[in-house]
Amino acid sequence: MTVHSFQEHFDAKIDNEVMIEPRDWMPDDYRKTLIRQISQHAHSEIVGMLPEGNWITRAPSLRRKAVLLAKVQDEGGHGLYLYSAAETLGITRDEMYDQLHTGKAKYSSIFNYPTLTWADIGAIGWLVDGAAIMNQVPLCRTSYGPYARAMVRVCKEESFHQRQGFEIMMTLANGTDVQKKMAQDALNRWWWPSIMMFGPNDADSPHTAQSMRWRIKRFTNDELRQKFIDVTVEQARLIGLTVPDPDLKWNEERGHYDFGPINWDEFWNVVKGNGPCNKERLDARKKAWEDGAWVRDAALAHSEKRKARKENKEVKEVKAA
Amino acid sequence: MNQFINKNLYGDYGDKEQATGASGTHSTAGEWPLWEVFIRSKAGLDHKHAGSLHAADAQMAIENARDVYTRRMEGVSIWVVESKNIHASDPYEAASMYEPANDKVYRHPTFYNLPDELKHM
Repeated sequence: MTVHSFQEHFDAKIDNEVMIEPRDWMPDDYRKTLIRQISQHAHSEIVGMLPEGNWITRAPSLRRKAVLLAKVQDEGGHGLYLYSAAETLGITRDEMYDQLHTGKAKYSSIFNYPTLTWADIGAIGWLVDGAAIMNQVPLCRTSYGPYARAMVRVCKEESFHQRQGFEIMMTLANGTDVQKKMAQDALNRWWWPSIMMFGPNDADSPHTAQSMRWRIKRFTNDELRQKFIDVTVEQARLIGLTVPDPDLKWNEERGHYDFGPINWDEFWNVVKGNGPCNKERLDARKKAWEDGAWVRDAALAHSEKRKARKENKEVKEVKAA
Repeated sequence: MNQFINKNLYGDYGDKEQATGASGTHSTAGEWPLWEVFIRSKAGLDHKHAGSLHAADAQMAIENARDVYTRRMEGVSIWVVESKNIHASDPYEAASMYEPANDKVYRHPTFYNLPDELKHM
């Protein structure tokens, strides 16, 4: 086969919705884009454990604590599914960690905001996981097999995350005045960053067309954002909270909510590393990695010692026989 | 030609060494080995590939597999195999590889034209 026919074969598969698997030929840019997208996604899951982990010891009841622990453990699991999927593209785990720790790879900017009160845990589950689900459900049909399979697993587990978050918000919203105020305050702080999670407007997202062509993105940023706003506004109404957007209005003609301008300066500022917690998050990751180095080395040394001991024993037994 | 194919056939389970990707050679020194995880979801079913993970040895791989892949009762039995011990067929040989099966439609019961009155067959 020539380069040309490899490309044709690949394009035909994409057009016919046939999955691409690790050993199949793929264009270099497809591979690179996937590595970037999947590893970024994995990093987001791992860094996303930090703001929530902050509240495990301070959860208001044993039930809430058990639920939060399970959720944070799930996020760790999601990161691991995704790192494995990325590794099938030829990048190593250590290389990905290195890219995260040196700031070369990004993770979702939302995790650079602090979790100030317990209501923030509710808001994260409801809004941040809700936005993530909007993004992730279509990715279950993405063109790269290992990524799609990882996303199926992730999506199955994610729904509990959103529901537990909404339950926290609902409980607070039905509580005392102070509790309701706390819930509203969390919504006020997390609404706009959640809306920004879908990324820049389509006009400012130069890779969207190519990614849609490759089926590693199935809807544009603006389509997903609109969908999220439409469903979430109704959910807020249900528990008597107010979405902090004075321009929010149902547009009969479009069949969607119109919403106010997004502060893209803030978005890019956080992406570039100047959010409230960028440094803290990266420092926590680096510290965990560095402090764990001796454990990794010791486990490896231990397994090698055991292997050597076993081989020695076998040699002796052969000699004795 | 060969060169070209080698360059691109990287990155399957068990072929991590081939997985040099577009960015050249990778160092995995110091990384825990990669393991493939297979899970039997209930007695009576086959073990099915679930994904992969890193672990220092088989025992740790099984324990990690429990935490990563069976948090919701997805399994009653786990196999782990170090990825380097898995060998995969070449997708570009698929045409010739499966060709012998392709032209033997008489292996399927529907190949045989039998009268409608025939029962229980």
